[in-house]
Amino acid sequence: MSTLAAHRPDRPPRLLVAVALLCAAAAACPIAYLAIRTAQAGWSDVRPLLLRDRTLELGLNSLALCGSVALGSLVIGIPTAWLVTRARLPWAGFWRVVAALPLAMPSYVAAYAWLTFVPGLHGYWGTVLVLTLVSAPYVTLPVAAVLRRADTDVEDVARTLGMGPTRAAVATLLPQVLPAATAGALLAALYALSDFGAPALMRHQVFTYGIQHAYKIGFDRTLAAVMALVLAAMALAVVLGERLFRGRAERRGASGSGGVPAPPRSLGRGLPVALALLGIVAVATLGVPAAALAVQSAESLSTGVVWDELGGAAAQTVALSAAGAALTVLLALPIGILAGRFRGRVAASIESASYLGNAIPGIVVGLALVFLTINLLPGLYQTSVALAAAYAVMFLPKAVGAVRTGVQQVPRDVEEAARVLGRGPVRVWATVTARIASPGIAAGALLVMLTAMKELPATLMLRPIGVETLATELWSKSAVGSYGAAAPYAVSLVLVAALPAYLLSRPGTERGAAS
Amino acid sequence: MRITRPLLGLTGLALVSPLLAACGGDADLVIYSGRNEELVGGIIEEFEEQEGIEVEVRYGDTAELAAQVAEEGDSSPADVFFSQDAGALGLLSEEGLLTDLSEDDLGRVPEVYASTEGDWVGVTGRVRVIAYDPDQVEESELPDDVAAFTEPEWRGRVAIAPTNASFQTFITAMRVNDGEEAARAFLEGLIANDVEIYEHNLAILDALEAGEVEVGLINHYYLHEKKIELGEENVRTQLKFLPPGTAGALVNVAGVGVLEGGSDNEHADAFVEYLLSDETQAEFVEVTGEYPLVDGVEPPADVPPLEELGGGTGIDLGELSSLDETVDLLTEVGLI
Repeated sequence: MSTLAAHRPDRPPRLLVAVALLCAAAAACPIAYLAIRTAQAGWSDVRPLLLRDRTLELGLNSLALCGSVALGSLVIGIPTAWLVTRARLPWAGFWRVVAALPLAMPSYVAAYAWLTFVPGLHGYWGTVLVLTLVSAPYVTLPVAAVLRRADTDVEDVARTLGMGPTRAAVATLLPQVLPAATAGALLAALYALSDFGAPALMRHQVFTYGIQHAYKIGFDRTLAAVMALVLAAMALAVVLGERLFRGRAERRGASGSGGVPAPPRSLGRGLPVALALLGIVAVATLGVPAAALAVQSAESLSTGVVWDELGGAAAQTVALSAAGAALTVLLALPIGILAGRFRGRVAASIESASYLGNAIPGIVVGLALVFLTINLLPGLYQTSVALAAAYAVMFLPKAVGAVRTGVQQVPRDVEEAARVLGRGPVRVWATVTARIASPGIAAGALLVMLTAMKELPATLMLRPIGVETLATELWSKSAVGSYGAAAPYAVSLVLVAALPAYLLSRPGTERGAAS
Repeated sequence: MRITRPLLGLTGLALVSPLLAACGGDADLVIYSGRNEELVGGIIEEFEEQEGIEVEVRYGDTAELAAQVAEEGDSSPADVFFSQDAGALGLLSEEGLLTDLSEDDLGRVPEVYASTEGDWVGVTGRVRVIAYDPDQVEESELPDDVAAFTEPEWRGRVAIAPTNASFQTFITAMRVNDGEEAARAFLEGLIANDVEIYEHNLAILDALEAGEVEVGLINHYYLHEKKIELGEENVRTQLKFLPPGTAGALVNVAGVGVLEGGSDNEHADAFVEYLLSDETQAEFVEVTGEYPLVDGVEPPADVPPLEELGGGTGIDLGELSSLDETVDLLTEVGLI
């Protein structure tokens, strides 16, 4: 790492590349497992599975969902971000937190809640609605971070040139927020691609549905492996598409150039409309689930809460997700530093590779780690370490993005100044770079932790025997229809996840939430 | 920088958490249960107390747990597999992962409800039924054979859960009983008739209660669970039991098998014996609403006796492990 802060930005140090490669390879383990499974079957068995109409149908369904959710997240996320950062709102702090809180809502709880009130919401649009609502903060948070620091001089110039306030804002701010917005939309898209809970409840058949059920029935591991590989390829295509777009957007507009924060602006007569919009989103994401859980608890006879069990599950949820977050950030550091500091094919490829695991459904990641730990590291089987590794594989992109943005925010001049003052490169990294980048990195850790808390299929498969989390208890109670008994677990899950979501909504950390 | 402190806390937690979770592993008996904790947790706890041993249970979805056991192979930490479905046990048996049970255990239930290989035994019976919403459908309208649901008059009114193990076992029975082509015609007929697809039986029952669909193909005991949850008077869905002779009247079982790891574990045998004892059988009736399989135990009051259902189709449940072909069929017609 000795040349980390040196002057040749296009030639990353070999050691860093090697370590980053190792981390990306670790995250790509499930892909190796899928490849082994597929290879064992042979091409003649795989071909008909791959080329059947059903594969195409599910693939198109998934891509349509993924595109709509990404678009929807932009449509909700960008205006929300503008309102909470640039407009003068009553209860500004409240709205800022509310804009981040949907991250704490598991997609399956949101879907279940919507179906309670609108049973006919099944299908494509219902799935789009629910997934968009819960993933809009992936756009809101990083865009808000950019807007808070956006250069407003250009906007003022545009105004003096005769543009109206809205046009001036759109014309000058949009290019600045686009890289952050598309990166956020990428996370939303990947989430939509890999989610199983919401599409399953909404009865919309997508790729994850096909994979999950290929395993479920007669454990057909070949069909599932083939389909999972296709899904991974689709994810890669999405990642590359975003990269292409981001490259262009970054060239067009500098992101967060560090101008003086602009004072919030009065909306005048637009204020009621703005509040109504924010209110509708808040009710749709948070109000509907709260009401549904209340209704279910009231109707159900099984409402007794075993506090010991609930407390134990909450503690395990926090512990396991924290372990997952720590391991994820550890793996993400070299990749994120590489991607944040160096351009070029090597850095870009390694970063893209780290996104692969994100699109593979939890059940596949779970089985892959069963296979790998049992065969290679039997001592780790059914320990929290294996589960943390599964979280790392699935949620690595969130941390990589956060580290990359964090590192990019450290001005090179500061590093160079420290070098000139006689500090060695490693010390510069530890005392200057790491310190300035740490809020962003911490935000990435929080985001991983938050997502891990809600994860179900891999958790079911890999958690140490006898250990229950809030998500697994919620699953087991609602699976037999004990909705009343399940409700406290759903509420607790959202409350526990709300803390990291709240921390992420604070200015200074929100930027790391995506990138 | 305010965030650095939570980050430190997180790292601390991360270091401690493996310790929190490390308490497992020294149990006297490890059970993988594809049956839900809400249903069998109490029964397993009683066994634990009665034997005075420590039992660890991994609860999960039957098929996913079976896939996990297959992946684990000989290294599986599990001693016993408690399955929701005969099909999954049949598959484990075929993969050579189950060990032989004692003649005493096998002899407790009628031959048709145990493995012909002697390596798993049924514990409770569950019957395929037609569930219907009496507000929309008269019982007299309902057919005696599910094949009738491919007729135009049932267009868009019927719900199935094709990814559910019990649906697949039912289709397997149809394949074995009536032949591949009949099963294919049935499935394609359902699809052409706008059948409604649900994730699992309970979702179908919820849809019936909400008036979303009129008829659903499910197992009988789900209604028992629904009544416990909502109170008997608040449930409107009714069941029609089909006369014996067709796959639609299949009697399937939840059953148990001992895995390689449990072959020299006396507690594994004790657990199988315990599940087949008169007391436990009666408890299953009460808690889950399923049929007891052991002679002399009273069946649930609100369902026709098992003998009247005549073992459904007379199909060897062991043959229901030919799930692969069913899966291929469901895949080909595009249901999964």
